[in-house]
Amino acid sequence: MIAFFIKRFFQAVVVMFVISLISFSIQDNLGDPLRELVGQAVSEEERQALRDEMGLNDPFLVQYVRFAKNALQGDLGESYFFKEPALEVILNKFPATLELVIGATFIIVLFSVPLGVYSAIKPQSVFSKAVMGFSIVGISIPVFLTAIGLIYLFSIELGWMPSYGRGETVEILGFWESGFFTQDGLEHLILPCFTLASIMLPLFIRLIRAEMMEVLQSEYVKFAWAKGISPRRIYFLHALKNTMLPVITVGGVQIGTMVAYTILTETVFQWPGMGFLFLEAVNRVDTPLIVAYLIVVGAIFVVTNTLVDLIYGLVNPTVKLAGR
Amino acid sequence: MSDTSFQMDPQPSAWQRFKDSHFFHSFKIDRVAQLSFLIFITYVILALGAPLLSPYDPYDLSQVDILDSEIPPSWEEEGDERFYLGTDAQGRDMLSTILYGTRVSLTIGICAVLLQAFLGIVIGLTAGYVGGRVDSLLMRFADIQLSFSTMMVAIIVLAVFQATFGTELYQDLAMIMLILVIGIAEWPQYARTIRASVLAEKKKEYVDAARVMGFGRLRIMFRHILPNTLSPILVISTVQVANAIISEASLSFLGLGMPVSQPSLGSLISSGFEYIFSGSWWITVIPGVVLVVLVLVMNLLGDWMRDVLNPKLYKG
Repeated sequence: MIAFFIKRFFQAVVVMFVISLISFSIQDNLGDPLRELVGQAVSEEERQALRDEMGLNDPFLVQYVRFAKNALQGDLGESYFFKEPALEVILNKFPATLELVIGATFIIVLFSVPLGVYSAIKPQSVFSKAVMGFSIVGISIPVFLTAIGLIYLFSIELGWMPSYGRGETVEILGFWESGFFTQDGLEHLILPCFTLASIMLPLFIRLIRAEMMEVLQSEYVKFAWAKGISPRRIYFLHALKNTMLPVITVGGVQIGTMVAYTILTETVFQWPGMGFLFLEAVNRVDTPLIVAYLIVVGAIFVVTNTLVDLIYGLVNPTVKLAGR
Repeated sequence: MSDTSFQMDPQPSAWQRFKDSHFFHSFKIDRVAQLSFLIFITYVILALGAPLLSPYDPYDLSQVDILDSEIPPSWEEEGDERFYLGTDAQGRDMLSTILYGTRVSLTIGICAVLLQAFLGIVIGLTAGYVGGRVDSLLMRFADIQLSFSTMMVAIIVLAVFQATFGTELYQDLAMIMLILVIGIAEWPQYARTIRASVLAEKKKEYVDAARVMGFGRLRIMFRHILPNTLSPILVISTVQVANAIISEASLSFLGLGMPVSQPSLGSLISSGFEYIFSGSWWITVIPGVVLVVLVLVMNLLGDWMRDVLNPKLYKG
């Protein structure tokens, strides 16, 4: 068990190291920090002197170590545009993105489990076929088209929902601007959350259905039937438990994917989150901000993946913990 | 010598064998598969024939008149007979632009998947056949790469390139960049599936026989094992082309893909999005429908093939 933990931890560290190397080489090659600082009107000699002073002429390795040291202390440089520490700028936008992901996850769990289980129990029913049909159409619609469609229908034609921004937010815990506690904030959340959920929902319905159908074929379920246990107990206690195991792993990986799709969703809805900020930073060639986003998102990926693996190791006793 | 005697065997022709196969039989009785295939072929013909079929050349600026901008489709009241599906915000004929856009989207989708398949097949075969350390190293790479979603990697790589090259140079390279990024980001899908089937094939007797006969590793891998892993490759390829087209459209929508001057379906939708609020729905909706139908038929075909060929796909 401990060997497994250490191995996973080591792998996470290696991946973070690679991410930091990539981030650093982006920072090294993209844009000129000197020009951002002093502008064009400085002579070439003074530039050289400044470069030496700032350590920009040092060998790659020396510069990387300096970068890594600062990064470990949470110093990722100052955003050219906002003139504030880049990490702070990113983390200020983090709650907005997180709320989007939480809302979408809630919708996915709420719909995918009952629909998946139902279409596995009654694969021939009309409703199940409709669900499966809907899910393949859902997979085929790119997320930005879903977003545009929802805006067109609910904001422009019907006028029920706001089409952009976060609306009214309240501050909780001192630093968290939340949209969960005002009616206006919730209304603003609905369309983006459904959009984000629409990518994963069909996948999860299909996954849960496939796993559930496989579990229902297994020996222990047949034995449970033979024992005369009530169908409800078999479906929801015995079968569902083992269905959810693979769903946890896939689900954990999909959280990372969802972060990528927040960029698209936030762009369409002009949601003031990390993804929207990142695209703005790209257009302004705001290198420190790009690098900070890369490291924060990389960390989210690595942490969720490691956690999912560990949880899976704990939940599923058949996983070979010691190694491959 | 041996080649000619093989030719003279009274074997049924390849076409005959195909006609008698389970694959073709299931196709004959499945209406959805037939319809999907028909639509897909139509798309391919339209894309190939775009320069001949489209009434205008959307790349030729001299044919474009800004006064013709935002004309609705011809069946609407204010429509213009010259432009059957209306015009976009720059006055380009929507029908021609969509035909060319489909061509661009399909090209990128198919080329990206060819690249994925090439990388994935080589890596998957090597990992599966050679085994040992090589295998665990390659598969560890695949695991790590898969844990970062394609979209994320593509967005970041393309964004950094766009910032480095500057927008104008980037636009010239956009198509190649898209193919490379989507192609490289998704190779583990192939590699894992092929590795799994190679592991199963490797134990079979014909591989032992080939080895005993003294054939080289490469020959056994590519001439003997590879043909037996074709059905999973076929199944993944269809779905992967659909995914690649969606990825390309999403990247173009973010402004990281094809430029407006040489639009794909995604960049057409993106350029129309600004005008949807002012009521010019057709600039967004028509390419949107074209895109969704294309992806949908590919997914349906992929699903159907998965059911028929029933390969052991890599799960989870």
